[in-house]
Amino acid sequence: MRTEAAFEKSAEDGHEKAYLRIDNLWKNFGEFIALKDITMSVMEGEFICFLGPSGCGKTTLLRAIAGLDLQATGTIEQAGKDISNLPPAERDFGIVFQSYALFPNLTIEKNVAFGLENTGLAKPAITARVKELLELVGLPDQGKKYPAQLSGGQQQRIALARAIATSPGLLLLDEPLSALDAKVRVHLRHEVKELQRKLGITTVMVTHDQEEALSMADRIVVMNHGVIEQIGTPTDIYREPETLFVADFIGEMNQIAANYTPADGEEKPIVTIGNKSFVCAGAAGLRAGPVIAAIRPEDIIPHREDVGPLITEPENCLTLRIDEMEFLGSFWRTRLSGAELGEVELIADFSINAVRRLSMETGKQQVIEIPSNRLKVFAAKKGAA
Amino acid sequence: MALSKKLALAAVASLCMAGNALATDLTVYTAVEAEDLKRYAEEFNKAHPDIHINWVRDSTGVITAKLLAEKNNPQADVIWGLAATSLLLMKSEGMLEPYAPKGVEKLDKKFVDSSTPPTWTGMDAWVASVCFNTIEGKKLGLTAPTSWKDLTKPEYKGHVIMPNPNSSGTGFLDVSSWLQMFGEKGGWEYMDALHENIARYTHSGSKPCKLAAAGEIPIGISFAFRGAKSKADGAPIDIIVPPEGVGWDMEATAIVAGTSKLDAAKTLVDWTISKDANVMYNTGYAVVAYPGVAKPVKFFPDNLTDKMIDNDFEFAANNRKAILEEWQKRYDSKSEPKS
Amino acid sequence: MSVTMNSGMPKGKPLSLRMGRDDFLMRAFVLAISLYLLLSLAFPLYAMLSKAFSTYRFDLSQIEFQVSDQAGAFSGDTVTAKTLNDKLKSISGDDLATSSDGRLSLVPLFPDFSFRSPVHYKIRGTTAETVYLVGSERHVGTDWLEVDSNTFRRVVLRPVQSIGFSNFTEYFSTPSLFESIENSILISLISTVITVSLAFAFAYALNRSCMRFKGVFRLIAMAPILVPSLLPGIALVYLFGNQGMLKEVMMGESIYGPYGIVIGSVFFTFPHAMIIITTALAISDARLYEAAVSLRASAWKTFWTVTIPGARYGLISAAFVVFNLVITDFGLPKVIGGQFNMLAVDIYKQVIGQQNFEMGAVVSVVLLMPAFIAFFVDRQVQKKQVALLSARSVVFDPKPNRKFDRLCFLYCSLIGIFIVGILGVCQFAALIKFWPYDLTLSLKNYNFDRMDGGGWGAYHNSIELAALTAIFGTLVIFIGAYMVDKTRGFRVGRTFFQLLAMLPMAIPGMVLGLAYIFFFNNPANPLNFLYGTMAILVIVTVTHFYTVSHLTAMTALKQMDNEFESVAASLKQPFYKLFARVTVPVCMPAILDIGIYLFVNAMTTVSAVVFLYSTDTTLASVAVLNMDDAGDIAPAAAMGMMIFYTNALARIIHLIISKGILKKTQAWRSR
Repeated sequence: MRTEAAFEKSAEDGHEKAYLRIDNLWKNFGEFIALKDITMSVMEGEFICFLGPSGCGKTTLLRAIAGLDLQATGTIEQAGKDISNLPPAERDFGIVFQSYALFPNLTIEKNVAFGLENTGLAKPAITARVKELLELVGLPDQGKKYPAQLSGGQQQRIALARAIATSPGLLLLDEPLSALDAKVRVHLRHEVKELQRKLGITTVMVTHDQEEALSMADRIVVMNHGVIEQIGTPTDIYREPETLFVADFIGEMNQIAANYTPADGEEKPIVTIGNKSFVCAGAAGLRAGPVIAAIRPEDIIPHREDVGPLITEPENCLTLRIDEMEFLGSFWRTRLSGAELGEVELIADFSINAVRRLSMETGKQQVIEIPSNRLKVFAAKKGAA
Repeated sequence: MALSKKLALAAVASLCMAGNALATDLTVYTAVEAEDLKRYAEEFNKAHPDIHINWVRDSTGVITAKLLAEKNNPQADVIWGLAATSLLLMKSEGMLEPYAPKGVEKLDKKFVDSSTPPTWTGMDAWVASVCFNTIEGKKLGLTAPTSWKDLTKPEYKGHVIMPNPNSSGTGFLDVSSWLQMFGEKGGWEYMDALHENIARYTHSGSKPCKLAAAGEIPIGISFAFRGAKSKADGAPIDIIVPPEGVGWDMEATAIVAGTSKLDAAKTLVDWTISKDANVMYNTGYAVVAYPGVAKPVKFFPDNLTDKMIDNDFEFAANNRKAILEEWQKRYDSKSEPKS
Repeated sequence: MSVTMNSGMPKGKPLSLRMGRDDFLMRAFVLAISLYLLLSLAFPLYAMLSKAFSTYRFDLSQIEFQVSDQAGAFSGDTVTAKTLNDKLKSISGDDLATSSDGRLSLVPLFPDFSFRSPVHYKIRGTTAETVYLVGSERHVGTDWLEVDSNTFRRVVLRPVQSIGFSNFTEYFSTPSLFESIENSILISLISTVITVSLAFAFAYALNRSCMRFKGVFRLIAMAPILVPSLLPGIALVYLFGNQGMLKEVMMGESIYGPYGIVIGSVFFTFPHAMIIITTALAISDARLYEAAVSLRASAWKTFWTVTIPGARYGLISAAFVVFNLVITDFGLPKVIGGQFNMLAVDIYKQVIGQQNFEMGAVVSVVLLMPAFIAFFVDRQVQKKQVALLSARSVVFDPKPNRKFDRLCFLYCSLIGIFIVGILGVCQFAALIKFWPYDLTLSLKNYNFDRMDGGGWGAYHNSIELAALTAIFGTLVIFIGAYMVDKTRGFRVGRTFFQLLAMLPMAIPGMVLGLAYIFFFNNPANPLNFLYGTMAILVIVTVTHFYTVSHLTAMTALKQMDNEFESVAASLKQPFYKLFARVTVPVCMPAILDIGIYLFVNAMTTVSAVVFLYSTDTTLASVAVLNMDDAGDIAPAAAMGMMIFYTNALARIIHLIISKGILKKTQAWRSR
């Protein structure tokens, strides 16, 4: 098994050697452009997630890979072979849908065996393979039942078994877990990931659930309005969002109207929020002027005082009033404001320990530090100030 | 290769043999009553077992429509038993093969087409008559009508029924006979008066008599053959032959031009005018083409033959469209007759 | 990062799909079934339309004369009929327009003509195609023919064929024909109002009361579907005819005519209206009634503000269906219509009575108009109804109310007695030896072989037709629906197919039958061999009832998961394996419904087949018509009831098979 880093590296310089290559793909439905010039690649054995809000084109892209919806222009290559306009039956993939799409009148066994028939396999071989698959998905005793007699999670596992029965080179999962209830969904995430790891099968999954994508994918393709916003490992995507959309869509983020001064020689890049200037991570190519500053609530560090050994960047420290505290189980969510920030209200998440240690309370003043490498700036949205 | 050749040869051979061994199939269009057809074929096959008849039977109107529709692609070889007025239509379309059957000179001239050689020959005549239900007549206090003119009397208002000439051959022969007997003007005046008494016009020619037999409408203008049958079935009806004269049409036979089985067709037509055939027609029809053959038919009015008018079929055929148009204009609408 | 912000899509030809084996096969199927519909629907209709515009005219320039002096010597002067008429104007333009059977006497062109005159005439055509008759003798071409005066009066000219509107002009100037339009619309409107009102009350009672025997009532109300539309006409003759059992009820009015047609129409259209309205009532939302109760609205007000608006689409749809059924029906007015002319009967009269095919085609075109309008309005309303259906609503659960329930029971009993009564009278009449004179019971009327119409053979043919139609029709229709639903791409072909599949509903059976004569009975048509066979009857019946079956199949297919085909393709299994193993078993209930629908309708239809049956393929439903036509009304009733029992039996068998197959193949439905 490769590591995330390995994938990242190989994907960067390995477009040529990728298992699945998509180049300059466009797709329109009449006037509406669903996919705009998509170029990306998937390495062999990799687990890729297409993540984005509904209507972003992620399912369209998956269906183009499967040959179910033909792209307008652009090429798709799988295992070095151009499959751009091949009918689905001549491509090499297995697919699982949100609706499971199990044949309701066939037993579980027959469902799983469906793709194995007429492939030259002898009957006993098929039976053996079905048994093996059912064991693989953890449902060895359910073969004689009909789909309607199984729970949703069980049905989806059968759909998975059916999809991998013929050992396809590529596994496509179209929102496979969306129809399940929360607990089953979390459970199944791990199982699917585990299975994929065990089989080493190149997998593309479509989801709108960021947690699912973060926990399962080797790399995530974030999409919006038919374009790819960012491709990267889950930690990259989370920690280093390249666009405001990614920053906003994945995890939570304080977004604050601010003023930006780029780095100049020795001077570090500065972002001014209200009357307070912070050293920030900076952004290449961004000019001085109004920007959006962004910081995740959990990246804000609380301190007992505004001086002390724990503080690394005193210039990024300030004292704010705790306006509101909300207990969310594993942490406290607080709303902070202060004269220095003007109108701006910051949301910060503090651990239970920190709250207890620093005896935080609504109405009290609290010193915080905003680490400069976690403070991002993005070009201001058009029309907003 | 050799095998398939052999098979092909065998197939050709068996086809030829089948052609020789089996009877010639003749497609015969007819309007003769269904129950008589089997008998006709059996009698014919006694003399000619090698010719097999495929009947295509329907009412006069339907068979005529069918033949005309198939004008350019005739399906029939022979027509045996269709109204002469219909055959005249076919003749004027050039659809009939002129042929003088063996022994045609023995037939009553009335029953043979005037062309030489004739294109059709008659079999028997079906004659208009009035069916009168005696029980219902008594109930309603009606005296039995004795003539065509009687039927226009006000006492019969709503008690007379006749076929619509637009759909029934019998209806048309009534109308054309009235026009011939009473003259064009007199004929239409007569029908104007009769129309006042008509309950309604039926689609078929036999229905008025059956309705009279069932007492639904006491007086039905129909044909004698039907009346005799109903009477034989026990219906309380009298068959009245108006003394002014009665219209009639004949059932006739013809060969369809262009048939590929001309010889067999001629054999059949020869037989249809034979004495044997005429004896056979006589079971249902009192008037047949072969003089001296006819024996009285049960319940058939005796004086019928004398009252048959000298029917001008040519007049009927050539004026058919004009007559029907006029009739339709005068009577075929709901506003006028109030029964 | 691969975000590219240029929003213009590259120009150039979009990628086209390389078709796989399945795509080829499925497109071939769509094309094959489209071709079937073209041949069985579009082409015949086109043939009929062109027939309606095919006119006949006497062309006076086609014939010319020489007239001799009193001694019989000819001067050699030649004159055409046209020249003569231009001078004399003795034959008007109207008289020159005619039908295929037209004959024109030439005597009026010679004002001093006398048949006793010694003058002789020479006649010839000016073209090789000129046809004239001497008596009934046919003469063609340009050879001179000399006749004496007496013979000359027997000379008539035959018309030539051309194209134009004159058939329509003639139609609209013939008062009795034109009156049929008025009559047909009037009768259809009255029947529609009565049927829809009665059916609404009946459906309301079934849906909104707690009366007993609901199942029985529903069953009885469906019975008229199982008999030909002309059967109630026969029953009405026995009930209200001059010798009728209840003759006095008519108070001197005749049942033959509008009364009979309306009562009979109400009988045979009742179940159609009831089904539609029941569906409409069943989907109305109970919450609206709860709201009405909480607002203390009176029952009367609730009825008009909640019930009627809720069922409005159902009511409109039912009204149009009934209107369409009545205006296109031909059997009933023929049996009981008397002197009352209706459009559908006019077609029959023109074609069968007068052999005037052109005018038959014209009436057909006229009959298409109201049927088309009704069809399109109904389609629009249906779409809205479906939208209403998919909306979420709470099912209304009636609560017992003794007074109301009793009222409903009484009403439904009356309707039930009407329906059972009509059928009972037919059965009774069939068993009477000779109504009204000999009331002994006998099976004499079942001796069909002695009657017109084809005898018992016709009954067996009908069963054969119904079985073949059910099997062949279900096959074609279901496969067609599957292909049009599941074929990838190919939008033009699929839209075209959908359009063709919807068309039959708007075509009256008579019109379709007539169109078939024109199309299939054309020697130039390679499909000519079908004419007169059982096959053409099967084809016309399947086509006539295509639309409803197609919609049933589409509904069933739409309920299947759309991704089955994608899954099968990803598993490299051909579509036909999926079709056989999954689609067909899952859709089996719908398939059986289509089968029984086609069977029952094939048994009862008259209009679609009346022009097309042959001696070997006489049918029971047509036999009912023909026996009644010949005055054998009791046997007609007997045959009608045979159709009823056969259909009832078929329904029972269908029920048993459905249950059996459901148990076997649909085990998965139960958890």
